[in-house]
Amino acid sequence: MDMTFAEKILAKYSDLKEVAPGQIVTVHPDHLLTHDNTAAIIQKIKPELNKYGIYSKTLPIIVLDHVIPASSEKTANNHKIIREFVKNNEIKNFFDIGFGICHQLVIEKGLALPGKLLLGSDSHTCSYGAIGAFSSGIDRTEAASLLLTGETWLKVPNSIKMVLTGKLNPGVYSKDVILHIIGDISASGANYCSVEFHGDVRNFSIDDRFTIANMGIEMGAKNTLFFCDNVTKEYLNLIGIPDSSYSPIDADKDAKYYKEFKYNLTEISPVVACPHTVDNVKPIAEVSDIEIQQCLIGTCTNGRLSDLKVAADILKGKTINSGVRLLILPASKDIFEKALNSGIIEILVKAGGVLLPPGCGPCLGAHQGALAPAERCLSTANRNFKGRMGCKEAEIYLASPATVAASALYGKITDPRAVINK
Amino acid sequence: MNIWRYGDNIDTDMLFPGKYVYICSIPEEIKPHLLEDLDPSFSKNVKKGDIIIAGINFGCGSSREQPAIGLKSVGIKAVVALSFARIFYRAAINQGLVLIECPEAVKFYSDGDNVEIDMDNGKIIVGAKTFSFPKLPEQIIAIRDAGGLLEYTRKKLKKK
Repeated sequence: MDMTFAEKILAKYSDLKEVAPGQIVTVHPDHLLTHDNTAAIIQKIKPELNKYGIYSKTLPIIVLDHVIPASSEKTANNHKIIREFVKNNEIKNFFDIGFGICHQLVIEKGLALPGKLLLGSDSHTCSYGAIGAFSSGIDRTEAASLLLTGETWLKVPNSIKMVLTGKLNPGVYSKDVILHIIGDISASGANYCSVEFHGDVRNFSIDDRFTIANMGIEMGAKNTLFFCDNVTKEYLNLIGIPDSSYSPIDADKDAKYYKEFKYNLTEISPVVACPHTVDNVKPIAEVSDIEIQQCLIGTCTNGRLSDLKVAADILKGKTINSGVRLLILPASKDIFEKALNSGIIEILVKAGGVLLPPGCGPCLGAHQGALAPAERCLSTANRNFKGRMGCKEAEIYLASPATVAASALYGKITDPRAVINK
Repeated sequence: MNIWRYGDNIDTDMLFPGKYVYICSIPEEIKPHLLEDLDPSFSKNVKKGDIIIAGINFGCGSSREQPAIGLKSVGIKAVVALSFARIFYRAAINQGLVLIECPEAVKFYSDGDNVEIDMDNGKIIVGAKTFSFPKLPEQIIAIRDAGGLLEYTRKKLKKK
């Protein structure tokens, strides 16, 4: 029987010859990602951890990124509990504050590889489809159970085939592509499904793929996937991982898809997701001139070097509008260093940007860059839910780094093509 | 018993704001903020045995489990919706919170209707009409019957 990517990898990880959508299988993931929530996770299972210990030292990946540096005694104590847990259990993959956002680190450190299966107690765990891995989000309780047993159940999902054709026009980016798709199929359009990207994706770098895969959850997907190709292999070689250390999984030729969508990239224009749902997507012309008070460039969706470079190219030698605060949030220390050494940080800071430490920062409203009532933020993050940035009377708009940079110059939502072509 | 009626795409920030996620983990800490940005009257007036009826994609967004823990601990008997987001769906199973995906019942419901749920037979009675919903797979029922995933895991570890 021909199978989709999700069917093939779940068959492999459950030692079955074949599986079908709806079937429940037991899997042992290669890694389990947890972050600041590790403190709450281990509290749940203290007696069991003492009695049985953790399943393996190499299973967990723990990253402190959500509220860093600690914002209060409570969050500082959470970090302390996690550091002690890491030390006592000799956990191999631990990244303390300042290393970066968990999803960026999992890819950057080569912990997600083509054909691997990862679960994480964070909804954007679906990001690793950018590199050809199966990855999906779970809650804290399930992470606790996995820490002890190393196994869990997964339902084999239906698969959706997204076929992308053509080439993006200047001023249009992968962020516009994924927002366009979510606007089209809705925030629940891929619920419970595995979403595979096919077609002309060779022009998409790993950074571009990361942005798209990251937002799979915003259309309800269980996982999102770009198949391993030369772009993937070149990226992995660059970070020191030879082809021989992983086994990519492709979908079979006659695999059955639950739904198929086709998008012509040439026809996609810059778009903005308007409050308060990610699928409230509008062409930029419809929202131009909306005044904004805060801009955010960064996060796990768009905090990579190429994103910061796009922004720097727009802001070079210019100053942002005096009515706007521009926050810059590199996705990792490595990206931060590269942006520093290549002069990108200098350009962004000179233009008026405020640099934040690599982490989740303002995206989730837990600290840093919170909004006040009636304020509007234009952000490169992945969510614009009501109250997401700390205030239910504020509004969040989502767009590409180019759109956010161009808008910071004018203090209102601005089509980046108008600035790039100048 | 109260019926709480909400619309489509009720996200995790509405169910439990992100600003509390890293400072509130246990039921007593969660309850005051439950549905805070959606319906401030909820946490004050919710009673054991209440039912939530909602639209599509209930629980979309974050993997935070406070919504599931909170709704279970205040005694919500079931959330009946047109559809659920998947991480929330798993979180509910893990906490033993009952979710029922039954679009027909949700569409039929109008304010003031009495709602009864018969889990054993997979029936939901709205006003004078009875609707069926599919049974969960056995593996999932086993987790729920154990009292949630952690109890299930504890039993499994003891057997080993």
